[in-house]
Amino acid sequence: MTGPIHIAIVGSGPSGFYAAEALLRADPRLRVDMFERLPTPFGLVRSGVAPDHPKLKEVCRVFEQIAGLEGFRYFGNLAVGEALSVDELRAAYHAVVLACGASIDRKMGIPGEALPNVHAATEFVGWYNGHPDFRDLTFDLSQETVAIVGHGNVAADVARILAKPVDELRHTDIAAHALEVLAASRVREIEIIGRRGPAQAKFTPRELRELGEIDGCVAVSEAFELDPTCRAELADRGNVNAVKNVESFQRFAVHAELSGKRVLRFRFCLSPRRLFGTAHVEGMTMVRNRLVGPAFAQTAEPTEVTETLACGLVFKSIGYRGQPVVGLPYAAESGTVPHDEGRVVERGCAVAGVYVTGWLKRGATGIIGTNRADSIETVRSLLADLPALSAGGKSGAEALLPAVRARGVAPVSLDGWHRLDAAEMERGRVAGKPREKFTRVAEMLAVVGEGLA
Amino acid sequence: MPHIVTDNCRLCLFTECVEHCPVQCFHADAERIYIDPEVCIDCGACVPVCPVQAIHDVIDMADEHHVWILVNAERARDLPVVQAKREPLPTAVARRAELGF
Repeated sequence: MTGPIHIAIVGSGPSGFYAAEALLRADPRLRVDMFERLPTPFGLVRSGVAPDHPKLKEVCRVFEQIAGLEGFRYFGNLAVGEALSVDELRAAYHAVVLACGASIDRKMGIPGEALPNVHAATEFVGWYNGHPDFRDLTFDLSQETVAIVGHGNVAADVARILAKPVDELRHTDIAAHALEVLAASRVREIEIIGRRGPAQAKFTPRELRELGEIDGCVAVSEAFELDPTCRAELADRGNVNAVKNVESFQRFAVHAELSGKRVLRFRFCLSPRRLFGTAHVEGMTMVRNRLVGPAFAQTAEPTEVTETLACGLVFKSIGYRGQPVVGLPYAAESGTVPHDEGRVVERGCAVAGVYVTGWLKRGATGIIGTNRADSIETVRSLLADLPALSAGGKSGAEALLPAVRARGVAPVSLDGWHRLDAAEMERGRVAGKPREKFTRVAEMLAVVGEGLA
Repeated sequence: MPHIVTDNCRLCLFTECVEHCPVQCFHADAERIYIDPEVCIDCGACVPVCPVQAIHDVIDMADEHHVWILVNAERARDLPVVQAKREPLPTAVARRAELGF
């Protein structure tokens, strides 16, 4: 067949954009329509990457180049699953690529989790990054001691934003409402709690090292010993990141002068068992774990030893799950869509024309670039299936937009996003920031100016 | 400070890094690959995927590797971007064994 082949990508974060790139560079017949539930694109690069990491955000330039490729269209403000169903997409497109990420925080599943001042780390991240879903949350930074549960990069971001002198954030693209609250912060101690040991922490080495270099703040590790299994893990030449992380923890373990400074304290082999408090969380009981099992498969097994930490604010950052997509398979345990090299699979059979990539495919692991390799794999499968997929006439978004508009939804185009982008940068210029984000969907749509007409 | 590729890449060119790079900062000649420090965003995605650990973060690499900072900058400027992963060089298996990986 020689006509255009229409592909829908659901989600506009890194995995979505890299899928679009791989598709559009592979075959000139391909047309890609990207659907995003917010007016703004770029997923976690916009709402996850911390404001004090501007270099990472430069990846948006690459996304803009991809958006400029022949055959690419953007439909923002169009939530698949709400304004539009997956079945409608499947009817209108030769193939659908799900790239909608993993936004549901894992629960600790312990008493007291619902107490005020207990939050998912991602709520805080979304809030300081100006994500509309989290715009109206409040965080009680009048508390002096904060516990962050989890030893990954999200935990590191939350710790760093809490620990950094607020003046170092003023000229970033942090949301104005967050800057105001952070400026009044009384946080002094930040405990970063991992269920396993220093050799199993999931921080990327650069992020961990950075936590030891914050002005007015001291990073401290609790004393640790590495058992033979951990030493075997560290001796593996492929385990470079863990070696660097352990080096950082060893530096942090050296006694440092703490007076007058904020303290970041890394704790190991501890699992929260109960959160307690009356009006809000006041502390938590934790159980001490020991590591059992072979190298690279060590798990945390609870001991009889418990301890209590007084803390008035808790952030949990223990992993994320993807949102189930109505009508498609879902593995609840991993929080992902089951797949075979990117082909969505249900009870051992591929679901024709439906693919998955990014965090929804492999779980919430890896960094921005990991998604490029992941999307290349998914697109390789899709391209191999093209002969079977391209049979039958499909017309892409043209067939869907009248129905979408009839439901009162006005999609935001790439031009619309560019107007919003320019307006945000202009607001930022006035405020001495690279960007001042709009944080409410209604504000965004007003600026975009693409009404229902 | 960027990431750099050391001499370990020479005669290998596995190019796993290319697929994992979010910004296409890799440039190659016939023997090996280089990072353009103007384009690299220091995400580190390429570091763990290199089969011969040729890529290092400048911030914490051994002194012996500092010589490669300028080499990467200069060579990347003159060479074309590698768009997609390639077949490793015919010498890659032997070179990898020689490097002990």
